Amino acid sequence: MTEYEPVIGLEIHVQLATKTKMFCGCELVFGDPPNTHTCQVCLGMPGTLPVVNAEAIRLGLMIGAAFGGKLAERLVFHRKSYFYPDLPKGYQISQFDEPLVDGGRLGDVGLERVHVEEDAAKLTHAGASGRIGGSTSSVVDYNRGGTPLAEIVTLPEIRSAEQASSWLRLLRETLRQLGVSDVNMEEGSLRCDANISIRPVGDTGLGTKTELKNMNSFRFIEQGINAEVARQISLVRAGERVQQETLHFDPRTGSITSLRSKEGSHDYRYFPEPDMPPVAVPKELLESALASVPELPLERAERFRTELGLHEESARLLAFRRALGDYFEATLAAAGDDADKQQVANWIGNDLVRRLEALRRDDDASDDESSTDPAASKVTPQALAELVALVGAKTINRKAGEQVLDVLVAEGGSPAAIVEDKGLAAVGGADELRPVVQAALDANPDVVEKLRTGNMKPIGAIVGAVMKETKGRADGGEVTRLTREILGL
Amino acid sequence: MTDPTSLSVVEAASALRRGDLSQDELFGAYRERAAADDTNSFTWLADDLQAGLGDRDAAPGTDRPLAGVPLAVKDLFCVTGVPTASASNLLRGYLPPYTATAIARLQDAGATVLGKTNQDEFAMGSSNENSAFGPVLNPWDRTKVPGGSSGGSAAAVAAGLAPAAIGTDTGGSVRQPAALCGVVGLKPTYGSVSRYGMIAFASSLDQAGPITRNVEDAAALFRAMTGPADPNDMTSIGWTGNSPEIDLPTAERLDGVRIGVPTELLGEGIEPGVRASFDAALATAESLGATIVEVALPHARHALSAYYLLAPAEASSNLARFDGVRYGNRADIGQGGLVELYTKTRHDGFGPEVKRRIMLGTYALSSGFYDAYYRRAQQVRTKIVEDFAAVHQEVDLIATPTSPTVAWGLGERTDDPIAMYQADVTTLPQSLAGVPAISIPCGLSDGLPVGLQLSGAAFSEQAILDAAHALELAFAFDGSPARGADSGSVRDGSATASGVAELGAPDPTGKDAA
Repeated sequence: MTEYEPVIGLEIHVQLATKTKMFCGCELVFGDPPNTHTCQVCLGMPGTLPVVNAEAIRLGLMIGAAFGGKLAERLVFHRKSYFYPDLPKGYQISQFDEPLVDGGRLGDVGLERVHVEEDAAKLTHAGASGRIGGSTSSVVDYNRGGTPLAEIVTLPEIRSAEQASSWLRLLRETLRQLGVSDVNMEEGSLRCDANISIRPVGDTGLGTKTELKNMNSFRFIEQGINAEVARQISLVRAGERVQQETLHFDPRTGSITSLRSKEGSHDYRYFPEPDMPPVAVPKELLESALASVPELPLERAERFRTELGLHEESARLLAFRRALGDYFEATLAAAGDDADKQQVANWIGNDLVRRLEALRRDDDASDDESSTDPAASKVTPQALAELVALVGAKTINRKAGEQVLDVLVAEGGSPAAIVEDKGLAAVGGADELRPVVQAALDANPDVVEKLRTGNMKPIGAIVGAVMKETKGRADGGEVTRLTREILGL
Repeated sequence: MTDPTSLSVVEAASALRRGDLSQDELFGAYRERAAADDTNSFTWLADDLQAGLGDRDAAPGTDRPLAGVPLAVKDLFCVTGVPTASASNLLRGYLPPYTATAIARLQDAGATVLGKTNQDEFAMGSSNENSAFGPVLNPWDRTKVPGGSSGGSAAAVAAGLAPAAIGTDTGGSVRQPAALCGVVGLKPTYGSVSRYGMIAFASSLDQAGPITRNVEDAAALFRAMTGPADPNDMTSIGWTGNSPEIDLPTAERLDGVRIGVPTELLGEGIEPGVRASFDAALATAESLGATIVEVALPHARHALSAYYLLAPAEASSNLARFDGVRYGNRADIGQGGLVELYTKTRHDGFGPEVKRRIMLGTYALSSGFYDAYYRRAQQVRTKIVEDFAAVHQEVDLIATPTSPTVAWGLGERTDDPIAMYQADVTTLPQSLAGVPAISIPCGLSDGLPVGLQLSGAAFSEQAILDAAHALELAFAFDGSPARGADSGSVRDGSATASGVAELGAPDPTGKDAA
């Protein structure tokens, strides 16, 4: 039987984090009462004209610069016409043949283009389906209408639903760290459509694609793409053809329904926006955009790996969450050049994050990653650096270190003081530990006998006895060393 | 004392400043004349002087050169709280929440809005017969059209119902009605006056301009309307002429002025009477010292075709917002759905010419036709721009008749859109080129006014106004017969049945701004 592979391209709409709308001065606020942030321009009242928001262009250029795309030298807008109540002018001001950004790449996926446009208003359909078909009435909130959007279009280089969602996570984090958008999928500031086709493995052509609209979570994106790929494969295996159409995925039922076929598709009648003659991108705007692009997750991970010697996994974990990466670097700065960087990474990436996430779960069910920002916790980078140093110098063992971290997360403070206060210092020096080991050997002659024959397995019993005696403050390695020394092994 | 309505804008402003005349007296005199109007020029009249001022002060001052001057304003200009319908049933009763920049600047200069004037619906027409408020009658002969689309503005000035009016010109809509009504009309350089608040017909062509009794008044009003670029209009460039601002013209001679006459625009279709008047005007110009030369605008003969693709294309998009959802009049669709709402609202709201142009424009922009129509027309437009630029290397001004004919009979061309479109053949090239042009009356043919059009390079308004002023003095055209009580024939009652009755009584079912 022929094996098929999916060919997937994504179109992502990102609301840009400007203070005001794309073509008027209305404030952008999510969640305010409907139709409280509107004016004659964004309501498309007679005689009004658009004036482009320079900040939106700057943010769009930042996206292009971050992805290494070719930045347009002039701004050209087009009108995209269709009738719908969420579109007050009967056309959307968008870009067509001269996008703001041409090409580019992020990670394993190349980009076709990035263009800027205005968002439509928000429609709410009363009725069971929540969609216009079968609704009893519909209401429009024009607060969202005219929000600046960047539309990011990838090349059809994605080969699985999992790759799509993991790339989208990278995109979201990159945009978040760029500071160009809130990238909140629930609030709709990041929305994703997928163009999906299949082809026999080994083929290089492109099959007929369908467009799956508006999947508003990573899980739905995976589910939706998988469902559509499966649908296309079973169609083709049944000897039928995939029709070019726009589809809607219902995550509640897992079903895919057609919104419109190719025949029913719009003729958008694009033409150059006569209210906005082409203008050169101002030099200062371009320079400001280029200067505003920070180090991005992929670059940072690469630096953590090559310059600091972190494992791939640690490097990505810390780089892909900016707050963690920043905290990591602050801790390194406090720890000095001799610190074991991988150890610092482990303590932050594993121990600290786990504890902060546990705290958050107790607090509320919020999905907001800022609530696990270590910089907002009671553990200062200095304290963490000190803790890692104490463990590294074997002043305390790792287990005691974890106890110290528990206290730091709960109450803050200084690791040295906590060690002192709780009596956690390792029974470290040979002088202190030797009598305890000697006593343990004396108390376990059968074990000693086995050890002398070269069977080191039962040494655990000696270590356990010492730990019991020292209340866990001894270093296991040191106990083993002393045992060998005493027995002359 | 003299009748205050006999004074020009500049004279009236001066009399008001001196205190020879009170602002209320002047306003009242025009209000009374306008209320008794039998040409159907107005769609709305202000109750008093303050109502047309916005929240402004009209006290005379150096920064208010037009203090107390009442103006007739074309219906398509948005004025806060004043019925603004662009002569469409779809917008009948609509009250804008803001005022157009051009009008606001005139109010800043102290002018007050006397009333809104009739026009072709959404400025689409050359005879003012495409109006939801009924046709306007030409004050020179009430069986004739006043031209369009700013027909109400031109007729109001010609009939002495206002000292001056503000119109808009997309393909000739200020110049042609000015010519047919024997008054002065200036279409400024595209971008010199803000379009913000003008209900758009064709964005890349629309431009506001004054319609006045004389050239000096056109300069005075244009000076107030232009100025710095408008931050609300990205196509606005503001005044960038040689002088910091427009001076009132005083020239009496044309020595050293080179005037080009494009043979392409003087072919078939120019009436003999118009041609005779035009030739006499050229002779007068020569006698004042001008040099007349033949020039070539080789692509001008394609202007009509290009214009009637580009303007409808833009219009089809500009008028898409009139869907009955947020403002304007919404059709009653009973239990119908969204498509019925759109279809019936637009079917009932738009007149036939507007529908024709929406269909033309939609077709021209459609997938598969764009390259053959819209793109081709843009290429023609570029050629025309180049033609004008080349000609202005040789000459200062270009002269043509403003209209190939004098005013024609009401209803004469309403069944023949092509004949109607031909009326614009001499004004369209300048519109596509974006250059300034003026029409001044230069004589009579069969007792009806003939207009002379003078155009120049972009931002050459001062030169145009100076030359027009010198010619105006020499022509000594007497516009007064139009203002006489017994001029022309009796008004055709049926033609204005839906007109004057509408004054101050907008459709009670009309919805206000959202």
